[in-house]
Amino acid sequence: MNARVPIPTIQAVNDFVVKFANVNGSGSASANELFAKAILRMGVPVSPRNIFPSNIQGLPTWYEVRVTEQGWLGRRGGVDMMVAMNPQTWDADIAEITPGGYLFYDSTRPLPPSKFRDDIHVIGMPLTEICNAVYSDPRQRQLFKNIVYVGALSVLLEIEPEVVEKLFGEQYKGKEKLLASNVQALHLGRDFAKEHLKWPLGIRVRRADRVGDSIFVDGNSAAALGCVYGGATVAAWYPITPSSSVAEAFQKYCGKYRVDPATGQNAYAIVQAEDEIASIGMVVGAGWNGARAFTATSGPGVSLMTEFIGLAYFAEIPVTIINVQRGGPSTGMPTRTQQADVLSCAYASHGDTRHVLLFPEDPHECFEHAACALDLADRLQTPVFLMTDLDIGMNQRLCRPFAWDDAKAYDKGKVMTAEELEAGKDFGRYKDVDGDGIPWRTLPGTHPTKGSYFTRGTTRDPYARYSERGPDYIYNMERLLRKFRTAATLVPQPVVQVAATPTRLGVIYFGSTSPAMQEALHALATQGVHVDAMRLRAFPFPDSVREFIDVHEQVFVVEQNRDAQMRSLLVNELEADPGKLVKVLHYDGTPITARFITGAILGHVGEKVQ
Amino acid sequence: MTYIAKPRMHHPTLEVNKVGYTRRDYEGKISTLCAGCGHDSISAAIIQACWELDIEPHRVAKLSGIGCSSKTPDYFLGASHGFNTVHGRMPSVLTGANLANRSLLYLGVSGDGDSASIGLGQFAHAMRRGVRMAYIVENNGVYGLTKGQFSATADSGSKSKKGVVNSDSPVDLVAMALQLGATYVGRGFSGNKEQLVPLIKGAMAHGGAAFIDVISPCVAFNNHPGSTKSYDYIREHNEAVSRIDFISERSEIKAEYAPGEVVDVRQHDGSLLRLRSLHADYDPTDRYAAMAFMQQHQARGEVLTGLLYVDPLATDLHTALNTSDKPLNTLEAGQLCPGSQVLEKINASLR
Repeated sequence: MNARVPIPTIQAVNDFVVKFANVNGSGSASANELFAKAILRMGVPVSPRNIFPSNIQGLPTWYEVRVTEQGWLGRRGGVDMMVAMNPQTWDADIAEITPGGYLFYDSTRPLPPSKFRDDIHVIGMPLTEICNAVYSDPRQRQLFKNIVYVGALSVLLEIEPEVVEKLFGEQYKGKEKLLASNVQALHLGRDFAKEHLKWPLGIRVRRADRVGDSIFVDGNSAAALGCVYGGATVAAWYPITPSSSVAEAFQKYCGKYRVDPATGQNAYAIVQAEDEIASIGMVVGAGWNGARAFTATSGPGVSLMTEFIGLAYFAEIPVTIINVQRGGPSTGMPTRTQQADVLSCAYASHGDTRHVLLFPEDPHECFEHAACALDLADRLQTPVFLMTDLDIGMNQRLCRPFAWDDAKAYDKGKVMTAEELEAGKDFGRYKDVDGDGIPWRTLPGTHPTKGSYFTRGTTRDPYARYSERGPDYIYNMERLLRKFRTAATLVPQPVVQVAATPTRLGVIYFGSTSPAMQEALHALATQGVHVDAMRLRAFPFPDSVREFIDVHEQVFVVEQNRDAQMRSLLVNELEADPGKLVKVLHYDGTPITARFITGAILGHVGEKVQ
Repeated sequence: MTYIAKPRMHHPTLEVNKVGYTRRDYEGKISTLCAGCGHDSISAAIIQACWELDIEPHRVAKLSGIGCSSKTPDYFLGASHGFNTVHGRMPSVLTGANLANRSLLYLGVSGDGDSASIGLGQFAHAMRRGVRMAYIVENNGVYGLTKGQFSATADSGSKSKKGVVNSDSPVDLVAMALQLGATYVGRGFSGNKEQLVPLIKGAMAHGGAAFIDVISPCVAFNNHPGSTKSYDYIREHNEAVSRIDFISERSEIKAEYAPGEVVDVRQHDGSLLRLRSLHADYDPTDRYAAMAFMQQHQARGEVLTGLLYVDPLATDLHTALNTSDKPLNTLEAGQLCPGSQVLEKINASLR
């Protein structure tokens, strides 16, 4: 650029956002991930997010990496450096760069000045020309271009090349040729940058020690692993974005950890069913027959499953449903995130129903809650939903390592044995004997003459005999409510964060909002606004939630859907005063940011002051 | 009248099978279906078949959808666990139950509304998958429980009780089962127990997906002139392809036949289906020949019954999935949970 006009320069060490704009299917994903992991290996937390279209090849895809020494893993908003590799989205990509930020692009083909801005720093590198000179195979030219730019970036941002090479070594273990060519491409980029570009930039990386023993994993893989550890043996599923990778990961982990070394046989069965209805049907059948079973789907799949969910509720069959939520309604935004199914899952199916929901905040909790869901389903004999979303499920997130207590036994719930039946123990399939609303069940094939009964969705007496008598029906329905109250004591309890100074303000949030909320609470506190926070981890709500609302004057309810579904659930279930509960709603399909939350809360507080 | 309990005692000389049960031990509650309903005959045939097969009643899981036929599991095998699921979705529940415990026998009872309309998809995919089950459709061409609407198996041109003519082409579940890979396909008639009982026995002993379409006239709504699923119509048009004897592996083979008179088909579990052929050119082990034969004869108005096709060595979904011989619902944490040491390795690989 010929501009002598002084432009601002963003300066930040270990605190900036780099966004890669690529064409999907071009091999950029692994190069971009390499970039993120290299910074991680230097001890600096990163939070990358995929923004991808509902397509396979040829459309735009973005990878937004927040580098954050302080460990704020929520999306920040704003872009400090754009790596613009997709001509199709050029204009929008350039417009997104914060003034004083950086543009890195392939300068092989010249572009008119009008395509740029005069308030950003432009770094051009003739990537195509460089690659065409070295590689002759078109696929190689395409793939290695990505590694070449990673090399250049490693110079510009001061990412240690040894770290990148070590990652190559791990990725291409045993494949010497691939390893060598990747290292070569890396240095091709580095050498050019060192010789022709100004480095380092204002934004750069410094080695730190802020990662500790955190792991870097996506929520769907974590949930799948939780299902393995939690003892699931049957999985039935139908492909849908963004949950397919749960089943695929389960398949992969089972292949590794569930094959009997002596017999070579599988301690699991996975069926890709013909649709979501068949998927949930298989889960119901397996759960009825005493195997821990789950399905993974998204909003549209749950809609299809609702009839079976109602059957599982009323006939009291253990069923685990992983709902990786996406933008609704209808086909909605298949590749964008939202928390849009809170009400449809809490009350799934016709008639008076209520279901247990778990809200993990990150992959660590996806693992823990998946195993917990399987236990709860067996204990409560009811559907349990693991409510994650695309943001947690399909992005790699830095989180606490997975943990498992080897002494922990599976809670298989109240299953009557042949011995108990033989001894004459009274068995009423739908009878409350312990006062917690949970009846005993028997599994098919248990005893030659005792314990059999007919399972169906129709009303019955406590001994599973068909009955249309009012009192029998009421007994059953009241017992189900009692069971749901028991559930409130068994599910993961909310986590409360008390502010530094006493305050009349509270905020309730859940799931993937959590990293943005942590950052927002911190930012608000530095501006003198103190807010107590409660992170819900499950529904039904224990008494502590009502108490939290009671002791605060205003409680913000932050969620990622249009209709304030969690707020509605709180009002409906706790008879909370709607006037006290202030909606903070973010639902454009992007992950919520701290800036958004802070702005909303300050705005409201400011209004009140006026 | 299921509130009327059946007396538990029986005549002291009632015959006992090889596992020590009388026929009474295979019964269920008293039927609430209409007097003369074909489905009750099928229930009786199931009872007979299970008794003769020396199956322990509690080792059968009986599943059904919704409809008159789907009520019948309450009327047989009282010691078995039953599951009346939702309309058209019995196959998926049966599949899941089967995956959980491969050591039980699975009997799926459905109707033509349940399996040929709302359930057509699940029927088809269960056949494709080769789930080991005996799947019986009790086929009367109408929706009995909701009072007489045509079902998808009603023949084109047939008349409802009120005189309405059906203009839609019928779904032929037998033809579909053949096309989709079912390995035991038969058609029976509730009025012919002699044919039906061995058909059911063979299905329950079969190693893969067994399907039997049983024409079962609805005396309330579809037993009138103009119906193609009435007692009269079936008796007039019934063309049995063979007479079947089912010989369990433990029984002696009683009669001798001249070569060419019978086709002997030995199944995976050692049981034998002896088919005395009534049609010289009918080969029940050739799937495509069976399909062609059926189309030709059905075009002439014949209702083909009997064992239409069998692959005696068929295996099932468990074999395809290589699941453990020990039922999945019996496995414990030792076989299912990789443990904390493995988890540490996984954590390390994610840093």
